[in-house]
Amino acid sequence: MAQAFFGGIHPHDSKAATNKKPIELMPPTAQVVLPMSLHIGAPCRPCVAVGDHVKIGQVVGEATAFVSAPIHASISGTVTAVEPRPHFNGLQVMSVVIENDFEDTVDESVHPPKDPDGLTAEQIVEVVKNAGIVGHGGATFPAHVKISSGIGKVDTVILNGCECETYITSDHRLMMEEPEEIIGGAKLLAKVFKVDQIILAIEANKANAAELMRLKIEQLGAPIKVEVLRTRYPQGAEKQLCQAITGKQIPSGALPASIGCAVFNVDTAGAIYRAVYRGIPDIRRIVTVSGSGVRDPKNLNCRIGTPFRELLDACGGVYPDTFKILAGGPMMGYAQYNMDVPVGKGTNGILAFRKDEERTVADPTCIRCGKCTSVCPMRLQPLFMYMYESRDMLKELEAAHVMDCIECGCCAYICPGRLHLTQTFRTGKQKILNARAKAKAEAEAAAKAAEEKKEA
Amino acid sequence: MDYKELKLIASTSPHIRSKNSARTLMVDVIIALLPALAFSVYNFGMRALTLTLVSMAGCVVIEAAYRVLTGRHQTASDLSAAVTGMLLAFVCPVTLPYWTILLADAFAIIIVKQLYGGIGKNFMNPALGARAFLFSWAGLMSNWVAPGTKAALWGSTADAATYATPMSFLHANDLEGLKRVYDLPAMFIGRTGGSLGEVSAMLLLFGGVFLILRRVIAWYIPASYIGTVAVLTFLFPRGNDPREWMLYNLLGGGLMLGAFFMATDFVTSPVTRRGQAIFGVGCGLLTVFIRYFGSYNEGVCYSILIMNLCVWLIDKYVKPHHFGVPRTAKKKEEAGK
Repeated sequence: MAQAFFGGIHPHDSKAATNKKPIELMPPTAQVVLPMSLHIGAPCRPCVAVGDHVKIGQVVGEATAFVSAPIHASISGTVTAVEPRPHFNGLQVMSVVIENDFEDTVDESVHPPKDPDGLTAEQIVEVVKNAGIVGHGGATFPAHVKISSGIGKVDTVILNGCECETYITSDHRLMMEEPEEIIGGAKLLAKVFKVDQIILAIEANKANAAELMRLKIEQLGAPIKVEVLRTRYPQGAEKQLCQAITGKQIPSGALPASIGCAVFNVDTAGAIYRAVYRGIPDIRRIVTVSGSGVRDPKNLNCRIGTPFRELLDACGGVYPDTFKILAGGPMMGYAQYNMDVPVGKGTNGILAFRKDEERTVADPTCIRCGKCTSVCPMRLQPLFMYMYESRDMLKELEAAHVMDCIECGCCAYICPGRLHLTQTFRTGKQKILNARAKAKAEAEAAAKAAEEKKEA
Repeated sequence: MDYKELKLIASTSPHIRSKNSARTLMVDVIIALLPALAFSVYNFGMRALTLTLVSMAGCVVIEAAYRVLTGRHQTASDLSAAVTGMLLAFVCPVTLPYWTILLADAFAIIIVKQLYGGIGKNFMNPALGARAFLFSWAGLMSNWVAPGTKAALWGSTADAATYATPMSFLHANDLEGLKRVYDLPAMFIGRTGGSLGEVSAMLLLFGGVFLILRRVIAWYIPASYIGTVAVLTFLFPRGNDPREWMLYNLLGGGLMLGAFFMATDFVTSPVTRRGQAIFGVGCGLLTVFIRYFGSYNEGVCYSILIMNLCVWLIDKYVKPHHFGVPRTAKKKEEAGK
């Protein structure tokens, strides 16, 4: 086993409900909603108008900046609206709504390059960019940016099959059912980064996937080494995974490339393979629908933009006493209140819960047990950060490295006093960012005033 | 299906929490102390049990009443007061009158704990603070009985013959005398005189290991504390046998109780591993120092109290090495301030 990362927790993984269920192909739905922000970075600009007829794979949202990724129609049909719609991040986001014609006509642009094996690294990056591929692990960072900024610096390419969040089994099932695509994507990444070997990291609770991947890798003679890691959350977090594989720590505020690492989710590798060899852009997503509130938990293969309610309906709906529905896993997912929100490129799970597993109390009290400090994978001290935030001591809060917090939720999970630790640090970070922006604006205003005075 | 009927909560992550609460931790501590309590009943009679129960009930009632009277949210149900009551009884002689322990309960809960804001805010271990307060009645606090004596359940206990504890032999540097009264197995099992709950080193050790395995406490404080006392007493023995002198020092007095149950009190110990190790070493140094040079024959209580006062200092300067911040850079950063 590889080296460990700092801290971490080990909640019950709750994956048994879906980890043996094959991925089910979901029939296309009557409507998809494509928000213009399905990635980290600049939102896309809609390039279709109401009434336009679009085909599968046609670009409906153009990338407006380098750190951005185009958005493609996931069904064929008519654009019925281009307007702000609810997004799973809780905001209203400009979206393209397509009414399905159920013809599934494919756009002319969807075809593989003439000689996929002969592509140069630059050409592969271009294909990835045009296919709108973003990280499928959840952070949705545009893959072409990660690749092009890492070429030349990266000597360790890690495929992330850890899936350390509880309940979620979409990557697990993908490794079981589409190992060839993942391996094909890995080969492309090895070519692009000019590395001899790719590391595939899998948590020990997916031993069958590790076994199958090993077998397939051997059969295909691919330059991939499978590393089985300890089952411990947040094993799949980028910084922690790099630490576990290489023993090196990504410097505060830096990217994995600074220590020569690049991490890709296994499905991102699969998406790169599909784009290069079949010309298919990023339009589908494997979603685990599970949790105590779901009648019939499943792993679904759906089009991006499918509303949550369609996926829940495909799983028999939810029990009437369901009180929380999440996009993503229980540790880092977003709670939803509107089931019209669509599946995004990073939506690995939709979870519904019937009973309060958050176990909140009316009067959270710190008993100074220090458990938060011992589980923090970033080696921060949540109890002091909490104190600083609640007293608005922003200088101390920043000195305590709150900006390095990865919001993994370990501290809040373990806290016997049930403090809202992670939640507080989100607010704290925002307060610091606001203060920085304010200080910058004031400094600029002062400089301007001084200049005007000088001129006068 | 119509999802608009659902009453959904939209809070931010994480959405699951461990089952542990302050209360479950305190229940574990109480469970860990039960074997030692059972042994005390065997050693000193039923009064050991009644005194402990009176003290626990006293603490819980006083805390509940204080929270009600001051209009604050109720915390008595987290059982930290019950643990305080139990530990306080454990560090008193079994002959202590009930009124005295109730007075000490009030001191522990109100003066040491609640006046500073209740659980998590006090800077001294409430049980030990109250024990220090109880030395205002030094006579009552040194009224020891021999093992096997059944202390009277009710009424006056003042006529019980005062009996020498292992610590009084050690304080007089009389290892030979101590060996004649108690052999090492008796010291380990706890068939000796002394405070109500401190006698059985073996069962306290079991309880401590249970707490470590249940991850209620970490091993750093007990290990560094007991280790420091072991090294010092072995290096500077009084008598001609360093090994025996060391073992009698480890098994005698309140060291096991202090190291596993008092020094590890969350509220009054440092939060980092290194800080906890430093804290333990400090407790060990002070314990041996007081035992060797002090006028009291036992140093565990005061050494932990003194180290309690240093916790803010340790926590201020002993911080974990942040992820991704090189150690040299961190020093520079601090020097720059």
